[in-house]
Amino acid sequence: MEPIQKLTARAVPLRAENVDTDQIIPARFLTAVTKEGMGDGLFYSWRYTSEGEPKPDFVLNDPVCSGAEILIAGRNFGSGSSREHAVWALTDYGFRCVITPGFADIFYNNSLKNGLLLAPLPEDAVNMLLDLVEEDPTTVIEVDLERQTVTLPDGQEHHFEIDPFRKMCLLQGVDDLGYLQSKAEAVAAHEARSPY
Amino acid sequence: MGKTLFEKVWDAHVVAQDPGAPAVLYIDAHLIHEVTSPQAFGMLRERGLKAYRPERTFATMDHAIPTRSLDIALWPSDAATQVRTLRQNCEDFGITLWDIEGDVQGIVHVVGPEMGVTQPGMTIVCGDSHTSTHGAFGALAFGIGTSEVAHVLATQCLLQHKPKTFAINVDGELGFGVTAKDVILAIIAKNGAAGGTGYVFEYRGSAIRKMSMANRMTICNMSIEGGARAGMIAPDETTFEYIKGRPYAPKGEEWDRAVAYWRTLVSDAGATFDRELTLDGAKLEPMVTYGTNPGQGVPVTGCIPMPDDLDDAAQRRSLFSALEYMGLKPGQPMEGQPIDIVFIGSCTNGRIEDLREAAKLVQGKRVADSVQALVVPGSKAVKAQAEKEGLDRIFSEAGFEWRGAGCSMCLAMNEDKAGAGKYVASTSNRNFQGRQGPGARSLLMSPIMAAAAAVNGRVVDVRDMLN
Repeated sequence: MEPIQKLTARAVPLRAENVDTDQIIPARFLTAVTKEGMGDGLFYSWRYTSEGEPKPDFVLNDPVCSGAEILIAGRNFGSGSSREHAVWALTDYGFRCVITPGFADIFYNNSLKNGLLLAPLPEDAVNMLLDLVEEDPTTVIEVDLERQTVTLPDGQEHHFEIDPFRKMCLLQGVDDLGYLQSKAEAVAAHEARSPY
Repeated sequence: MGKTLFEKVWDAHVVAQDPGAPAVLYIDAHLIHEVTSPQAFGMLRERGLKAYRPERTFATMDHAIPTRSLDIALWPSDAATQVRTLRQNCEDFGITLWDIEGDVQGIVHVVGPEMGVTQPGMTIVCGDSHTSTHGAFGALAFGIGTSEVAHVLATQCLLQHKPKTFAINVDGELGFGVTAKDVILAIIAKNGAAGGTGYVFEYRGSAIRKMSMANRMTICNMSIEGGARAGMIAPDETTFEYIKGRPYAPKGEEWDRAVAYWRTLVSDAGATFDRELTLDGAKLEPMVTYGTNPGQGVPVTGCIPMPDDLDDAAQRRSLFSALEYMGLKPGQPMEGQPIDIVFIGSCTNGRIEDLREAAKLVQGKRVADSVQALVVPGSKAVKAQAEKEGLDRIFSEAGFEWRGAGCSMCLAMNEDKAGAGKYVASTSNRNFQGRQGPGARSLLMSPIMAAAAAVNGRVVDVRDMLN
């Protein structure tokens, strides 16, 4: 997992609530047995017509959004299926951070395990960001994980919450597995006393 | 102060808790399937790891497999590859596999309970969000991502933050024609699709206590649609009776010891919950969803909300985008909405009890000419039992297709897809855009409501047919 400390990038405004993981990557793209190439299926039904032509009115197809690394969207982002493919699709496409008023629980966990930084902000702040980026898509936003801030070009700063353990994992680019393995003794002790 | 059911199960599974870190939670049972496991085995291979407790993981095939043919040679190559990959992984890592070629196979959340793997007080996880189903037994059960599947395989543990508790009380007697599906759709309509985020639900009250295990599983299954990763129901005699004698259930003295422990798995009288919600079961009606998240539902006698009925701009925007996709209008009544396809099945409503109720309704009737209808049993055992009872004939004679066990049109990973623009009366759990096929429009409802829609070719109030 790539460490992430600070990100200075342009953003894509996706003005939609309850963006579920079936929208992020439809089930028909889950047939792979590896993680590679998932970005091709990202927001597929919103990005392409049934003939496979890009839909010009979908924001990701706007050339001005090319190269943006931050996604801004509405509340309850990542609801539904537990498919980690949704996170792989976002990161494979090139996103490194998602800013919304709130994330679904399983998606939140999956994201942080793949180095995708999630910054929950109050809904007013998110709406303001959406307005700003829609008005000027070249707006550059700075997300600083160490300081837990999202900073706009005019210096305006918004604080976001992340628990200290997850923050450390992201900053150092480490996942849970090594930590879990270090608890082998405690696990064996639990197994000796558990009724199951 | 007493403890809630959730707190009892949680506390009994915390292996370690470092300051500032999430809890290390021990996982008693791990279920896997062909779609979300291959990359997890890949992660183990990359690091040269074995499965730590392979006997605690159980695999089956459900998501991508076709439901028309068991002959893998006839399948699309990607589904066949996933199934072959799962076989190889189970062989290499020593994991029990309920294969499509054996007698035990089906949707993972139907098969686990059938086999007696699911027991009260356990922690149960699976790379599937509907793992919440198993909470019906008083287990703490939730969906996980593929990285976490690898963590469980390698260590039998997960790092988890302790969720908050949320009591959902349903008292009163459910009316005629009102089912468990209607109860959970009503709960989500009231509390919202994200209302349970960060919480574990505990369903309580006389209406829940009276329910069969099948109905309790329907309720807990859709906890995730209300935002909660898990939903639980305290085990009781109904639970014990269901489990007794199943292949993995405790036997003899072990059974007695287990039941004595399971009886302690109730929220204490003095326990407090972080949030509570109460519904009067007697006031509930059959429910139908009109939108593109499971919280967008109304009683069948009701109408689609007007924008002014909603609290804020985000909800209104959500309504407009849902109705644009669904081709429906604000204020439109649900009754009379034409239906093109009827899907009876899924981990929500693919159990024998669901099929019995639906069959009773369609017996001697015909599926409307304009409707394609299919019944997909939740497991091979459900299918065999239904065939023993003659339900397959009732469905076939009425014009339903009778299929093999699997997830099928619930998520449209196999060839069972609804066409663009088609209206699907579905007993499944998600009405997301394109969930049942690109452009398909899902209306979630109970098995008897779906059966009634099949016969009439439109949404009707099933109570009018039952009278």
